[in-house]
Amino acid sequence: MTVLVVGASAAGLATVEALRRKGYQERVTVLGAETHLPYDRPPLSKQVLAGTWTPGQAGLRTPDALSALDAEFVLGDPAARLDARARTVHTESGRTLTADAVVLATGLRPRTLPGQDGLAGVHVLRTLDDALALRAELAPDKRVVVVGDGVLGAEIAATVCGLGVPVTLAGSQPAPLAYQFGPLAAGLLAELHAARGVHLRLGAAVTGLSARDGRVAGVCLETGEVLSADVIVVAFGAAPATDWLAGSGVLCDNGVVCDSRCRAAAGIYAAGDVARWHHEGLDVLLRLENRTNATEQAVAVAGTILGEDRPYTPVPYFWTNQFDARIHVYGRPSANAEVSIVEGSPSAGRFVAEYREEGRVTGVLGWNMPKQARVHSTVTDLARLRGLSMS
Amino acid sequence: MKVTVDEGKCCGAGTCVMLAPDVFDQRDDDGIVVLLDETPGGHLHATVREAASVCPGVAISVSEDA
Repeated sequence: MTVLVVGASAAGLATVEALRRKGYQERVTVLGAETHLPYDRPPLSKQVLAGTWTPGQAGLRTPDALSALDAEFVLGDPAARLDARARTVHTESGRTLTADAVVLATGLRPRTLPGQDGLAGVHVLRTLDDALALRAELAPDKRVVVVGDGVLGAEIAATVCGLGVPVTLAGSQPAPLAYQFGPLAAGLLAELHAARGVHLRLGAAVTGLSARDGRVAGVCLETGEVLSADVIVVAFGAAPATDWLAGSGVLCDNGVVCDSRCRAAAGIYAAGDVARWHHEGLDVLLRLENRTNATEQAVAVAGTILGEDRPYTPVPYFWTNQFDARIHVYGRPSANAEVSIVEGSPSAGRFVAEYREEGRVTGVLGWNMPKQARVHSTVTDLARLRGLSMS
Repeated sequence: MKVTVDEGKCCGAGTCVMLAPDVFDQRDDDGIVVLLDETPGGHLHATVREAASVCPGVAISVSEDA
C-alpha cells in the first residue's frame, strides 16, 4: 500500500505520525503548498506576531524527528487537481503523484474583502509568511484596524495592542465572539479589550475598503462611517481550500464531505479544517476549524486507512489567549443557551460556565480555569461523545 | 523512553491527561502540564507517543534512546 497526504500542516503531519505509530511501514508522501517545514498555526497570531518567538519556534517537529518518520516531503508545490477514481494528484509544478490512499488536509483560505487583492497595507493571517509580513508593518505611529470579531481577529487585536500599536477591532457582533459565548463571557472579553486599550467598533458590518494610490486608507462600515487606517488585517473567516478539487469526483459542500469514518470516496479521506464529516454523536455534518481537531481527526483517518472501523466523534474544543485571559471552550456553546457559573466567579477573573439548551449541556467555557473546565466537560452530557469513539 | 515537557509551550488543553493520566496531569491554578512519570513503562509508550503527536501546544517531546 502507498499513502499520499495532501497538506503538510498539523493534520497532514499527524496523519503520518499516526500511520507509523499504528505500524504502517510502507511508503508515505506528504505534499505541501508552502516551502516551510511543517509549522504550527496558533502561535502565528500570538507569539510569532508579538515577536516573542522566532519563526523556528513555531515548527511542529525538529528536522531529526521529521526524518525519523521516513516520509517523503514534497514542499512548495501546491496541489492543482485530483482524479479521485485514479487517486492521482497533479501539482502546480507538473508532478503527478498516485497512491492507494489519498488524505486531503489542505486546510483553509482566508476570506477577503472586495478589492483587497494587490492593495498595499492589507493583510490576512493564515501562514507564517502572512504573520511576518504583518509584523513588519506594525509600528507605534501606525493605526491598525482588525476586521473580524471572532477568535482570530480578537487575538490579533490583543497582540497588536500589546505591542503598543493603536488598534481598532471592527465587526458586526455586539462584542467579540458574542454569537458563540453569549453576553456574559463576550461582555467580559469586550471589557478586557477596552480596558487594555483596544478601540472596539462593533455592531456594524464591514462593507469594504477605501484606498488611495494603491494603498489602503480605511475600512468602510454599513453605517457609512469610514475607519481611517494605515494597516488593515482582514480576519473575518475562512473557507475550506477545496477549489482544486473541482471536477475531482469528490463532493465538496462547505468542505470535503465525508462519512463518519472521515472517508470522502473509495481510497480518499479528509482531515482537519477542510473535512466536513458525519459526527454520529451529534448526528450532523460537522466541520471544525480548530487545532485539536486537526490532529485527532488525523489519528482517526490513519485508523480508517489501516482497516479500523470506528466513527470519529470528538468533543469540539478550542482555546484562545487574549491579554491575560486563557479561555478554553468545550462543545458548542451559543448565545441561545442558558448560562450558569459552576465554579469560580467572573469577578475573581476565574470561572467555569456551563451552557445548556433544552435541558442538556451543550458547552463548557473555562476562563483562566483550564483544568477545571476540562474536568467539567467530562462529567456533563458532552462526555457521551467521547465514549462513542472508544466503544 | 524519556519524556520531557515544555511549560512555556503548553496551552493547558489537557489532551495528554485524557490520554495518559498516569504520566501527565495539569496544575490546578493555570492548567499547565505536570509530568508525573518521565520514564513511563513499556505498556504506556504507544499512548505517550500519541499524546506527544496530538499535543496542540507541541509541548511534549519523547526520546526513544533512554
